[in-house]
Amino acid sequence: MSAFIELEHVTKTFGSSGLFGGGSVTIAVDDVSLTIDEDEPAITTVAGESGSGKTTLTRLLLGSHVPTDGRMLYRGKDFTKLTRRERRAFQREVQPIFQDPFESYNPFYKVDHVLDAPIKNFKLAGSVAEKKRMIEDALEMVGLVPEETLGRFPHQLSGGQRQRIMVARALLLKPRVILADEPVSMVDASLRATILDSIRRLNRDLGISVVYITHDLTTAYQISDNILVMYRGTIVEAGTVDAVIQSPQHPYTQLLIESIPQPDPKNRWGSEPPQQNWEITDTEITGCKFADRCPAVMDRCHTVRPAQYLIGEHQLATCLLYEDKGEMTNPDITSTFQTEKQAITAAASN
Amino acid sequence: MSTEQAITTYREGARITDVDSLVVEGLSVYYETEDGTVKAVDDVSFTLKQGERFALVGESGSGKTTLAMALMRLTRPPGHIARGSVTLNNRDLTTLTEDEMRQARLSELALVPQGAMNSLNPVMRIERQLTDGIVDHLADDESITKKELSQTARDLLTRVGLRPEVARLYPHELSGGMKQRVAMAIGISLRPSLIIADEPTSALDVVVQRQIMQTLGRLQEGLDASIMLVGHDMGLVAQFADTIGVMYAGKLVEVGPVEDVFGDPKHPYTKLLIQSLPSLQEKKDFVGIPGLPPLLIHLPQGCAFEDRCPSRFGKCTGAVPEKLSVGARRDVACFLYEGEGAS
Repeated sequence: MSAFIELEHVTKTFGSSGLFGGGSVTIAVDDVSLTIDEDEPAITTVAGESGSGKTTLTRLLLGSHVPTDGRMLYRGKDFTKLTRRERRAFQREVQPIFQDPFESYNPFYKVDHVLDAPIKNFKLAGSVAEKKRMIEDALEMVGLVPEETLGRFPHQLSGGQRQRIMVARALLLKPRVILADEPVSMVDASLRATILDSIRRLNRDLGISVVYITHDLTTAYQISDNILVMYRGTIVEAGTVDAVIQSPQHPYTQLLIESIPQPDPKNRWGSEPPQQNWEITDTEITGCKFADRCPAVMDRCHTVRPAQYLIGEHQLATCLLYEDKGEMTNPDITSTFQTEKQAITAAASN
Repeated sequence: MSTEQAITTYREGARITDVDSLVVEGLSVYYETEDGTVKAVDDVSFTLKQGERFALVGESGSGKTTLAMALMRLTRPPGHIARGSVTLNNRDLTTLTEDEMRQARLSELALVPQGAMNSLNPVMRIERQLTDGIVDHLADDESITKKELSQTARDLLTRVGLRPEVARLYPHELSGGMKQRVAMAIGISLRPSLIIADEPTSALDVVVQRQIMQTLGRLQEGLDASIMLVGHDMGLVAQFADTIGVMYAGKLVEVGPVEDVFGDPKHPYTKLLIQSLPSLQEKKDFVGIPGLPPLLIHLPQGCAFEDRCPSRFGKCTGAVPEKLSVGARRDVACFLYEGEGAS
């Protein structure tokens, strides 16, 4: 196992007690340790609602936010101490795919432009013919027909096609990690399948690690190996999707899963859950951040901050209900993760 | 008036009477363009009973929002209602004068718009936005004090699950979910008998979405109103609605009680829509619906779904299938069901 990106006790806060801050500090990411591995490329979902810190976590992983506390390592080296050349390599190896496939395009340029630019920028092709072949290969990899795609303007393509071109663009750079931030939330349900499928192929066929950021646990369950669930900056639950989705342990994860509108009219939602109270600021909470909405709340929850407790080999929860399981010795939440391949190997050796 | 449940629904607390709330008959909304006529909504008919929750689903461009706007008579040129009638509480809205229609909006039928974030005025306090409609609908001889208005605004906010103090705030001080709640409060301010909700939760997280939908349902039940939910999320429809209408390329291709349609979809398009839903129970390969919907300006001669349909046969290219009745309150527009039951 070789670590590609590591976060060590990373915290990111915004706002300050300064002139305009009004004294309120938002803890967007709160003491997170995780590893993105290169040898065992997995699809990992970062799940959470607006304000959970999932986008901040993505920006940290992209290197566009600097941790307020803790540190990030890239191939074992402190991210803030990278040379220019190393930083450039990082920029090629870690590729984002964004939510709105239309905003990533300049409407006045043909779609070819978004594919040409990275090749030029990173000098990936030696000749025009090579460039053409690279672009065509990348388009075919995501299930697009080059003749029907190139030479068109963004508005002439469907949302699904536009998003798949963005996946193809990321592919051209031969990345090790793709960070996909809600890549299908703006796309019609019937077109989602093809995009998710192309993302899954990147992982399986090309060995790229994928971080899939979403609030949609259904697609998360379908495509990813592992999942971490965030609430107000804290990772409240993590593990394999089979463990976390099939048997959620943290009351917040349970609420999230119960709230997914299941396409079954005979199995409808229970009573309306309480709303999130944003009036209590992050720094005012001394106990569990979910205590004010938690159906299983205990007195201790208001004063004691829960640690990460190991529930099974492949699942942890940050909840005092599981205090008796003992605090995890390894703070890296990815120690509970397992890829499909690893699961098969483990089963075979037993 | 019958108190008997006019529709089978498993929804708890549903009170649906046999009284017609909304009757849409042969409604067509066309857009005249230089290249020809775009039939955005074509010959659509359906009925909502009082207290019923009807969901209209379809892909982007299927005409569902155009239909909702036409019911409100908010179609913008070059679009126009080409044919058909929209009867709400026994009055045909298409024949009302602009002034009468203005009075009907909000007091008889109200729209909870898509993306409430963009429908609120950013430079006006919430209180004013909540009460503007009330002031606007006062008869000439009626008057209302500032204090009463302020109290009304506070009551409305409480009813949608917000604190009364929100009245003093501006939209940018609210979260997306709170703004959607404000939009609902405006929608119910004059106790309409029909609420049209156009993708009211499309940009919200699952828990907030559930809270908003449950609040909307509670409000609708409190008013004994009927509701038309427009959207594309089949899961949300299954959770919320009593009946479902599926639109494809401007036409209503299937209508029926949600339990029946989800349990036994008839139209091949509905079948594919339901099959393509990802599940939390089992991991399976994603199945999309191959192909794209036709351009509304160049509709094929036959069935619009024909080129994507796995069950197509010779007849499908020749003529447009008419609506057939295939059960109690179940209609489908597909040649596969010809000869099954009376049409």
